[in-house]
Amino acid sequence: MNMNIQAQLPKTAFEAALIDGFAEQLSKLAGTDAVAANRLAAIEALKVSGLPTRRIEAWHYTDLRQLLRAVPAGRADVAIADLAPLLDDCRVLRVVNGQAISGAEIDGISLSPVADLMNRGDFDNALRPRGSDDAVGRLNAAFVSDGFALEFAGDRVFSTPVELQNLHSGGQVHVRFPVTIGAGSKATIVERQSGAGPAFVSSIADVDIGAGAEIVWLILQEQDSKTDHLGQINIKLAKDARLTLFVMNTGGKLVRQDINVDVAGEGADFTLRAVNLLGGDSHTDVTMVVDHREAETTSNQVVRNVAIDRARGVFQGQIRVAPVAQKTDARMACNTLLLSDDAEFSTKPELEIFADDVQCGHGATVAEIEQDQLFYLMSRGISEKAARGLLVKAFLAEIVEELDDEHTVTALERKLDQWFEQNG
Amino acid sequence: MLEIKNLHAKIADSGVEIINGLNLTVRAGEVAAIMGPNGSGKSTLSYILAGRSDYEVTSGDILYNGQSILEMDPAERATAGVFLAFQYPMEIPGVATMEFLKTAINSQRKARGENPLSIPDLMRTVKSAAGELDIDFAMLKRPLNVGFSGGEKKRAEILQMKLLEPNLCVLDETDSGLDIDALKIVSNGVNSLRSPDRAIIVITHYQRLLEYIVPDSVHVLYRGRIVKSGDKSLAQHLENNGYAEIIGEAA
Ligand SMILES: Nc1ncnc2c1ncn2[C@@H]1O[C@H](COP(=O)(O)OP(=O)(O)O)[C@@H](O)[C@H]1O
Ligand SMILES: [Mg+2]
Repeated sequence: MNMNIQAQLPKTAFEAALIDGFAEQLSKLAGTDAVAANRLAAIEALKVSGLPTRRIEAWHYTDLRQLLRAVPAGRADVAIADLAPLLDDCRVLRVVNGQAISGAEIDGISLSPVADLMNRGDFDNALRPRGSDDAVGRLNAAFVSDGFALEFAGDRVFSTPVELQNLHSGGQVHVRFPVTIGAGSKATIVERQSGAGPAFVSSIADVDIGAGAEIVWLILQEQDSKTDHLGQINIKLAKDARLTLFVMNTGGKLVRQDINVDVAGEGADFTLRAVNLLGGDSHTDVTMVVDHREAETTSNQVVRNVAIDRARGVFQGQIRVAPVAQKTDARMACNTLLLSDDAEFSTKPELEIFADDVQCGHGATVAEIEQDQLFYLMSRGISEKAARGLLVKAFLAEIVEELDDEHTVTALERKLDQWFEQNG
Repeated sequence: MLEIKNLHAKIADSGVEIINGLNLTVRAGEVAAIMGPNGSGKSTLSYILAGRSDYEVTSGDILYNGQSILEMDPAERATAGVFLAFQYPMEIPGVATMEFLKTAINSQRKARGENPLSIPDLMRTVKSAAGELDIDFAMLKRPLNVGFSGGEKKRAEILQMKLLEPNLCVLDETDSGLDIDALKIVSNGVNSLRSPDRAIIVITHYQRLLEYIVPDSVHVLYRGRIVKSGDKSLAQHLENNGYAEIIGEAA
């Protein structure tokens, strides 16, 4: 469906504030004339079409126009606390309130702040939304201020993980992380999305993975309950490249995480494991599109959700298999534990298969805690609260423990524990 | 130690009465056998003792050490020393058996105001108890009861019982699904727990188990009540003559 055919609706306060703010900010934003032209085009499109409503298929469960209410003012005077990296022994790159903080060089990685690329003319073609319903791409194109571009050298094992931190103290934050991984390399990258206070954040990672490379990418979205967060990761996998993407959402008010995967090279593999811990009045939407465009590609997704309070969650998963992509094997599962009567979760799986010799499947379940299992644990003296916690954690730990690296598993399980301590 | 007084209980959902005027007293140090045909309410009784919420006690009382336990939840009963070895232990994916044992042992220690067992102490204790029951230590790394054979599940139940050292042990058909070697190992495990301050209730519908765990008293449960009590010779009598005669007397 095309955003432009949406009947023109009156501008919301949010839309009006964004558009007015843009005129003021444009002169301060980095970039060549070409970059500015892309920004203007994006804001023009917003003026014409507005934010997507539930009439736009990709936004059916997340009516952005309704859900985005106020453009928060910046609080540059508020100090930003250091964020402890997820993994010990890693290299941290920080973007603070939309500005890349330059740090030390990293061996084997060529690093540039995105603002520099925009000013140098190396970003003239980068700020194009993916399509007319790509609201995240459009908003980010208009307002992106900075970020980090990373080029990992080929044929290297990067044994030290790199952590990208996008931190803020409130206000608007729009950043990008263009990343290329050289052929044959191995690396672990952690993306942290965190901050304090009312904020409107958009963050896009464009990840181009070379032939035969093996990447683990972890996204931890731990925003404040007053932060609206629009995340997007766009991935391209070359021949025999492998990516394990692990997404953990534990915070935020309105959260949308787009995952677009172009499985473009023969033999490439994409694995997604997502854990959504949903509480309070939050609304969290993970929308994934995986395109199998070559033969013998594989993909496998497991999404596990726990929802309490009045939280709402969404998983839209679309798998498309092109006519040439014979022998594709694609599996998708989404399982939810609803722990309160007022919580809800919507799942929309979609398979679009144009090749005949493929294996594809999907499944979705929504359940409550098994009373039998609860009774069994309690009959051993484990309190009801602890027994529930154990069962919920087990439901999530099953997919966390699939990760190969023991340190990563321990660190993520600690995150789960923290969430249950705060929300249990 | 245990006094069940004129107990009536129904299935909470359907209201069907399963336990129907049941009286039973078991003293400390005693091993009591409860026998009865399939469907007579043996498992239901064991679940009610453990506090399962699928059943609702409509009248009567259960006194444990002189105090009613009807208002206690399953965890409180377990902490007070009540243990049920399940006829069909539940499978818990995602919870490693060892992790579960640690949580259960330390929850009970905490409730008693004791310090948690250190990991090395815990490993030592579990290893030795598992060894006595011929349990392969590798099994304890697997998720609790998931993919365990029938015999492994029963042994895992007895392992938990040994580790938790309850005062009132209820064993529901622990013999079913065990071959003769496993039956001996499990019986030895139970016998090692016999003590003057512990009561053991063995539920079975075969006399076979009672050759290894010799009971002090035998009670026949039929249609939700005890219809006959006696000493161990009653079990032998049932083995030879079946339930028909006693059921006939009761009716
Ligand atoms: N939760 C339940 N729902 C429905 N029927 C039940 C339930 N629990 C027990 N029953 C019924 O109660 C009767 C006694 O069952 P049970 O206690 O399992 O007998 P036993 O262990 O002596 O074989 C049976 O008729 C059984 O079908
Ligand atoms: Mg039974």
